[in-house]
Amino acid sequence: MSQQAFHHALLDPARPVPDGLTDGAGHPAGRRYAVYRNNVAVSLTEALITGFPACAALLGADNMSRIAGRFLRQHPPASPLMIHWGAAFPAFLDGLDGLGRLPFLSDVARLELALRRAYHAADATPVAPNALLSIPEDRLGLARLRLAPSVQIVKSRWPVAEIRAFALGLGAAPTSGAQEIAVLRPDYDPEPHVLPPQGHAFLAALQANMPLGAAVTQCGPGFDPAPCLALLLGHGAITEILTCPG
Amino acid sequence: MHSFTTLPAAPGVGYKPQHYAEILAGAGPIGWLEIHAENYMGDGGRPLAQLRALAERFPISVHGVGLSIGGEGRLDAEHLARLKHLVGWLNPASFSEHLAWSTHDSAFLNDLLPLPYTNATLDRVVAHVDEVQDTLGRQMLLENPSSYLAFSESTWDEPDFLREIARRTGCGLLLDVNNVFVSATNLGFTPQAYIDGFALDQVGEIHLGGHDEDEDDHGAPLLIDSHGREVADPVWALLSHTLVRSGPKPLLIEWDTDVPAWPVLAEEARRAEEALARLAVAA
Repeated sequence: MSQQAFHHALLDPARPVPDGLTDGAGHPAGRRYAVYRNNVAVSLTEALITGFPACAALLGADNMSRIAGRFLRQHPPASPLMIHWGAAFPAFLDGLDGLGRLPFLSDVARLELALRRAYHAADATPVAPNALLSIPEDRLGLARLRLAPSVQIVKSRWPVAEIRAFALGLGAAPTSGAQEIAVLRPDYDPEPHVLPPQGHAFLAALQANMPLGAAVTQCGPGFDPAPCLALLLGHGAITEILTCPG
Repeated sequence: MHSFTTLPAAPGVGYKPQHYAEILAGAGPIGWLEIHAENYMGDGGRPLAQLRALAERFPISVHGVGLSIGGEGRLDAEHLARLKHLVGWLNPASFSEHLAWSTHDSAFLNDLLPLPYTNATLDRVVAHVDEVQDTLGRQMLLENPSSYLAFSESTWDEPDFLREIARRTGCGLLLDVNNVFVSATNLGFTPQAYIDGFALDQVGEIHLGGHDEDEDDHGAPLLIDSHGREVADPVWALLSHTLVRSGPKPLLIEWDTDVPAWPVLAEEARRAEEALARLAVAA
C-alpha cells in the first residue's frame, strides 16, 4: 500500500481504512488505524494550543479543537520544525466565519506568533544603554540603528497585549483601544511593550535600515522618538549604531 | 566544551526544559540526557543556551523525530542540513532516528507512521540511512517502532528487518523495549522471542517509556505508546530479560506528555539504575 493512501485516509476520517492493514492475526485493522488518525490530529492540535495559548483560552477547548482540526488539514506543517508551525494561523482566523464575538482573535494570534519568533530568534549583544549619548548631534540624523533579531512589532485596532494578558490570567480586563506593540527579549523571555502612537512605523523604519532622522520624519510632525529609543536601549534591543554614512 | 564521545551504560532521561534547574542542581543517577533534535533548530534564545550549558555537564544523545527515514520520497535536504549543523556544533555522543515515516508530499504529520517490511522498503530505508550517515559523517542508531497494526504485504519479521538494515548500512540500533511490549501485545507475538531474535550486539541505547491501555474493535487489548506515565512492570521485566542477554547499555526514560515533577522522573531513572546494578551483581 502506498503512503499516499495511508496519508489521505489519515487526514480524512470519512475515508475508509486503507486495505492491506491487519491486526496481526489477519483481521482488518479497523480502529487500530484510528490510533494513527488520532495521534496526528491530537499532536498537531496540542502543538497549536502550545503555540497560541491565549487564543486557545479565548476560544475555549471545544472551539479551539474544532478550529485546529480545520487548520491542520488546510495548513499542515511544511517542515518538521514544529517550533515554527502556525505562521498561517492569524490569516486563517481572519477568514473564518463565526468569530464575531472575538474580532480581535487574529491579532492576538499575531502577537503570540511574534512572541514565539522572538523566543527562538538569534542571540545578539546589545549596545550600552547610553550609547546614543556619545554620537554628535549633527550626525545622529544619519545614524542607522540595527535592532536585535528578536525584536518583533505588531499593530492592532484592539488592545491585544491587554487581551492576551487577560486571557492568560496575567492582567486585568482590557480597557484601552488600539495598540502598537514591540516584543523585546532582553535575555530569554520575550515581553510585549506598548508603544506610543506611530511607534510601530518608527520601529519598522529602523528594521528596514532607514537612517534615524528619516525614520522620525516619516512618522509625521510632532513624533518624539525619545520614548521608543529609551525602551529599545533599556531592553537591549539595539545591537549596533552605524554613524558612517554610505 | 567537554567531549563526551559515548553514552555511558547508565540511566538517562529525555530532557524537558522545566527540569533544567533541578538537573543542574543534582542529577541523581542521571548520567546523560537525550534531546529531540527539532526543538533545538531555532536560531537562538533559551533552548540553545540551555543545551550549551547541559552539554558542558552531560553526554548528549540527539534523537530526531522528523527525518521520515521510511518515507517514499527523498529525504528532506534542508532538514538533513539542519541536523548536520546541530550535530556539527554539539558533537553529541549519539544520534538516532526512527524506522518510520512522517512526511508525505512535503506535509509533516508529527507522528511516527508504520512501514510494510518488504524488500522495497528495505532498499529505500538502507539508501536513506546511508545518506544520513554520509551527510552527518557518523554512525546513527535506528529505533524499532511501536505498532498498532500490521501490513499484509510484509515479508520480514521486524528484528530481522532491523538486523539487515544494520548489516547493510553499518548503522547501530536503538531498542525501545516499551515499543516491543506494545507491539507484541497489539500484534500477538511474544516479546521475549522478539528480544531473543534482535541484533543485541548492534544496540547502542535502550528506551523505556509508559503506555496507555485501550481495546480494539474485537475487545482485544490495544496498547498506546503515550510516553505519559511510569514504565509498566512487564516492561521492566522485559528490560531485565534484555540486559541479561545484551549486557549493560545506556537506558533512557522517555516521558513526553503530562510531564511530571523532577522527583518522579528521577525515581524512574533510579529503577533503571537498579536494573543495571542487578546485572552487575549477577555477573
